[in-house]
Amino acid sequence: MTRVWSFLPRMALLAFLIAFLWHPAWFAGLLRPLTENGAPPIYDQGSLALLTLDHLAIVAVATLAASLIAIALAVLVTRPSGREFLPLARSLVNIGQTVPPVAVLALAVPMTGFGEKPTLIALFLYGLLPIFENTLTGLSTVPANVMEAARGVGMTGRQRLWQVELPLAAPIILAGIRLSVVISMATATIGSTVAASTLGAVIIAGLTSNNLAFIVQGGVIVGVIAILIFDALRGLETLLARRAGG
Amino acid sequence: MIDIDTITKRYDDTEVVSDVSLSVPAGSIAVIVGTSGSGKTTLLRMINRLVEPTSGRIRIDGQDTHSLSPHVLRRKIGYAIQGHGLFPHRTVAQNIATVPKLLGWEPARIKQRVADLLTLFQLDPAAYGPRYPSALSGGQQQRVGVARALAAEPAVLLMDEPFGALDPVIRAKAQDDLRAIQRRFGTTIIMVTHDMEEAIHLGDRIAVMDGGRLLQYASPTEILTAPATGFVESLLGAADRPFRLLSLTTLADVVEPGTADGAPLSADATARDGLSALLWTGRDAAPVQSADGAPLGRVTRARLMAAARLPGQAPV
Ligand SMILES: Nc1ncnc2c1ncn2[C@@H]1O[C@H](COP(=O)(O)OP(=O)(O)OP(=O)(O)O)[C@@H](O)[C@H]1O
Ligand SMILES: [Mg+2]
Repeated sequence: MTRVWSFLPRMALLAFLIAFLWHPAWFAGLLRPLTENGAPPIYDQGSLALLTLDHLAIVAVATLAASLIAIALAVLVTRPSGREFLPLARSLVNIGQTVPPVAVLALAVPMTGFGEKPTLIALFLYGLLPIFENTLTGLSTVPANVMEAARGVGMTGRQRLWQVELPLAAPIILAGIRLSVVISMATATIGSTVAASTLGAVIIAGLTSNNLAFIVQGGVIVGVIAILIFDALRGLETLLARRAGG
Repeated sequence: MIDIDTITKRYDDTEVVSDVSLSVPAGSIAVIVGTSGSGKTTLLRMINRLVEPTSGRIRIDGQDTHSLSPHVLRRKIGYAIQGHGLFPHRTVAQNIATVPKLLGWEPARIKQRVADLLTLFQLDPAAYGPRYPSALSGGQQQRVGVARALAAEPAVLLMDEPFGALDPVIRAKAQDDLRAIQRRFGTTIIMVTHDMEEAIHLGDRIAVMDGGRLLQYASPTEILTAPATGFVESLLGAADRPFRLLSLTTLADVVEPGTADGAPLSADATARDGLSALLWTGRDAAPVQSADGAPLGRVTRARLMAAARLPGQAPV
């Protein structure tokens, strides 16, 4: 029963999101009070649904790339042969996090031109750190006697990694990916300043035409999707952690 | 046959295992005892190369353990780790199947083997096989750990305090099962324990360690009757020695012709159990019968007390 109740608000949120993207005009009345001088209450310079899909695609590609690289890097520096590269990898990843995405965009545009590419680079660099740090934590907190048993039964280094270390670290790695995705969802909006097709376009259109309704709908769509992804990934983590004997 | 030849392990400047040599004949059980930190686990782990010795050699059936790569060597040697070390993300059945799977056994054969082992250790395969280790009691986890070590029918089995978390009843049963398995497959076992009772009950030979050195390596009787040092004597518990000695003898060894009244004792029972029964029922003698109920004679209190005496000691 309690599961149903905690599930229900999420389903309602998802239904609301789909309805809004499917037929924004249904919600025009709701947003009209936020407009002035008869400005349009619903974004009218393109399809909200298409912008949302583009936004999601950029976040997905950037997160996937960041996950692959961050996890690979963390695995590398926790192997005996790669241990000495840990400080180096750590500072590289930290630089990615400390340079603000806006600055990355500004630096990347001259090299890649306007569009999706500079946005992908900014999101990728920004997303590395949480995944890298969580993978390190996950791999280094596998209980010593479990690692000992894995060696004792005759697993090779690779078998230990794939069959013991990564499965046991999976919930913590996933938590890092969750963090990275949610940050990227929000950060991707600034991509529209360099002409990437993201929901940021709606917000910027609102800012330039002084239309609060645009700003709100752009922000709400991004926020709702972030909440849904956050919840879904956390559910997956709980499932994995329970299987891992948590 | 396991041949440990002048093996030493040094961490920085401290010698944890010092110049230990011992050999364990094929199909026998050697038990290592000693105080905490005396190097028992380290010695055990050098056999499957989880720890690389600083110097010395170890041969199994004449073959130097360094002639194989470590993971190949370890798949041939069962290892029940101190504190079980089960994989928390794998079910009981998957845990037990680990080594057979690494060795590429057929799935059907693995399934059969897992079921057999669970049954052997008093765990219903249908109920326990699909569970995760976190859903087992400490004693059940330990038995699964031993089952995992036995899964690929290794010729050599290393066990580090495998029965520490078991209650006395299950422990006795697990020891008997281990003995039975060991006899059936001719497994060579090296086992570490803190329990002297267990060491004397299971060990064909007992190795006593202290501060990384091997003080004595001999049969239980010899260790009891001729301890090499005062430390060995105190470790074995001087006050319990007569009873430990009796526990190494069965009534079949001390039965004599004649008859006696009262409930008969089984010839398989240990002399300690026999003496205990006589003391408890206030009898001087009791009839002894074989396992199938045939009368064999009788056992007397005087004979049992003589058997508990330090050999060579003249009766008063
Ligand atoms: N990797 C290591 N580095 C340094 N010292 C170690 C290491 N491993 C073990 N030691 C030390 O070696 C000694 C022997 O350890 P070992 O684990 O073999 O003892 P043990 O006889 O098995 O003890 P217990 O009965 O408590 O299990 C201890 O003093 C321990 O601190
Ligand atoms: Mg130990």
